[in-house]
Amino acid sequence: MVAGLTKGERQFAIVISVVLALCGLFLAGAGHQRPLGVHGLLIAFLGIATVFVVLSGYIAPEPSEERLSSYYDDPSKAGIIIAMIWAIFAMFIGDWVAWLLAYPEMTFDAAWASFGRLRPVHTTGVIFGFGGNALIATSFHVMQRTCRARMPDQLSPWFVLLGYNLFCILAVSGYFIGVTQSKEYAEPEWYADIWLVIVWVTYFVLYLRTLARRQEPHIYVANWYYLAFILVVAVLHIVNNLAVPVSLGHAKSYSAFSGVQDAMTQWWYGHNAVAFFLTAGFLGMLYYYLPKRAERPIFSYRLSIISFWGITFLYMWAGSHHLHYTALPHWVQTLGMTFSVMLLVPSWASAGNALLTLNGAWHRVRDDATLRFMMVAAVFYGISTFEGSFLAIRPVNSLSHYTDWTVGHVHAGALGWVAFITFGSIYAVVPILWKRERMYSARLVEVHFWLALAGTLIYVFAMWNSGIIQGLMWRTYTESGTLAYSFIDSLVAMHPYYVARAIGGLLFLIGAAIGFYNIWMTVRTAREEPLEPVADRPIASDTPAGAVQPGE
Amino acid sequence: MFGFHYKLERHTIPFVLAIIFVAGIGGIVEIAPLFTIGETVEEAPDMRVYTPLELAGRNIYIREGCYACHSQMIRTLRDEVERYGPYSLAVESQYDHPMLWGSKRTGPDLARVGGKYSDAWHVAHLDDPRSVVPQSVMPAYTWLDDTQLVTEDLGQHLAAMRRVGVPYTDKMIANAAADVYGQANPDSDRASGVAERYGEETNVRAFDGEPGPVTEMDALVAYLQILGRLTDAAHEQQALEGDLR
Repeated sequence: MVAGLTKGERQFAIVISVVLALCGLFLAGAGHQRPLGVHGLLIAFLGIATVFVVLSGYIAPEPSEERLSSYYDDPSKAGIIIAMIWAIFAMFIGDWVAWLLAYPEMTFDAAWASFGRLRPVHTTGVIFGFGGNALIATSFHVMQRTCRARMPDQLSPWFVLLGYNLFCILAVSGYFIGVTQSKEYAEPEWYADIWLVIVWVTYFVLYLRTLARRQEPHIYVANWYYLAFILVVAVLHIVNNLAVPVSLGHAKSYSAFSGVQDAMTQWWYGHNAVAFFLTAGFLGMLYYYLPKRAERPIFSYRLSIISFWGITFLYMWAGSHHLHYTALPHWVQTLGMTFSVMLLVPSWASAGNALLTLNGAWHRVRDDATLRFMMVAAVFYGISTFEGSFLAIRPVNSLSHYTDWTVGHVHAGALGWVAFITFGSIYAVVPILWKRERMYSARLVEVHFWLALAGTLIYVFAMWNSGIIQGLMWRTYTESGTLAYSFIDSLVAMHPYYVARAIGGLLFLIGAAIGFYNIWMTVRTAREEPLEPVADRPIASDTPAGAVQPGE
Repeated sequence: MFGFHYKLERHTIPFVLAIIFVAGIGGIVEIAPLFTIGETVEEAPDMRVYTPLELAGRNIYIREGCYACHSQMIRTLRDEVERYGPYSLAVESQYDHPMLWGSKRTGPDLARVGGKYSDAWHVAHLDDPRSVVPQSVMPAYTWLDDTQLVTEDLGQHLAAMRRVGVPYTDKMIANAAADVYGQANPDSDRASGVAERYGEETNVRAFDGEPGPVTEMDALVAYLQILGRLTDAAHEQQALEGDLR
């Protein structure tokens, strides 16, 4: 890792780590004997550890100029491994909390191990830990290939990757010790939020700098999505996290907004975290790895344009469908519902574009589990966006809201779409990054595929059942006009579905663990002479940037 | 249109600006007016702020992630009103930074749980939920009863709340720690200050059943007992609509 950095970059890395360690020490002092103090010490420790890592490789020879004629993939490799570690950890926590809902005593008699603290560990771990690292790792890979240009330097991708993981560690460790803002999917407190802004701006600038070096006149579709992901997530993150800390020595802060305005801001954020983190970013993956693996061009360029701008415009209106029949003014609810329904058009345009791309390659889908992961992802993307539009209709929402149906919907998207496209892309990119001919075992990819699919289906069917039963029981009246069921009746009725859900989640987790083993063995099993595909190189940078390419 | 896009996608900065512009419209149209349209939040002159003890309890509710399973938002649906009470008004959470409306009911809604059960019931329930509701799947919060509440910085908490718009007075901020003790110790000389600053209807009791040192259990129960009782606006609204019918 350090060997790939130039002397100047090594020095700069030390400076950054020292500054980080000093900030950590300041927080440790100011927040002494409070949770913030723990985080301060953690930051200081990680900063100092990084200084030592860089120093230990400091005297190594500088990378040769030859590096400039290849892509810089070390951060992508690290990102993939880190993403898989997060996947195993966070899916394990997820399955644990699933069992807790069926058997509440399956825990330790300690604050850190109670459902309310573990639940955000699961959500942050899978969304930001697993999903975020996979997005960063693949975006580095995709932007270099589609630009035919190497990243401008070696330090900033590492800063983005490691800095982002510092944010994830602060977030997750915070929940265990009781640090949370309670805003769903935006739980980390002010200091972690500020740090993420710094990391995110660096990420954006790195993306722009690589695009500026591109040897292709056009920016490829995958990059539109990655750009939208980076930009809009930044806007959402900054606005929703505006807060006043109790003091510089307190982790606790109070949101700038209250009540109805806070609710609207939160779900504008929450729904667009789904849109721009869990959809746009992963569509970037889909638009690169699916056509690559299928060896077919994208079905329709115009459909790509329509769906990209449709998603970018319409999603931002949809958040208020989380607040139907609440104290949010009616006109905002109606707007949210209307735009949510319209959103089906660009969503299905994307899903259809992906599936039609597979025309002529269906025999590959049959034979290659990696491509099948991506195909199923596109199908689930279509299913869950349809379900999303449906659930956003106000009367439907009156039944589904507050029930497990929402949880089932989220997991149809998160498991069926996000995790499937991620695993497909990882299986496609690992052999390329480590210059292997193929994955260690195609059979294990196949096993992972079926475990993941079975797990997802069991999960989603269990939650459809429990959600609809719950919703109906809450609104059932007896003949004499009184409510037929107490709340606890509806809870008791959920038990078998909660067990089924936990089993589905367990299958999905086992699949991910097999996937990690397969990736690890692919990396470990060295080929005698690594594959060096001639085509997988940037175009020599003596050609002026933006020069017209042959075939244009 | 596609010809225009063919040009646009060759230029990074215009493309970036286009994304920001297109994505920005929805949020601005839906959110900005909520701050300016007066009728978004109803008037409720009787609305009071949380006492420092209740605020500390609210922070424990947040810390333990109670909002992951309990909503605090009764929708305008017949069965919800009959099960939980009058539907929630915007004004009832106007001092909630952040709001805790929630998104999932693994357990029941808590918007009007204040006064519904006794303090002793809450203490027993938080300590061991299945001792009072055998089928419950709620975690046990055994440590609340033996953990002393940190009170010395509550003044700073109130001051931060004032900075985001909650009308705490200088006296409330200066007396925060004393008011915490007073609210949980009705027989102490500090109890009278609580009623003076926060109103006669404020609950002043030994919430965890034991006067003396203030525990996290005191704070959390004090918070649960005030839910839905900061203002009568929702009940008045319901009575009004009943009259119209």
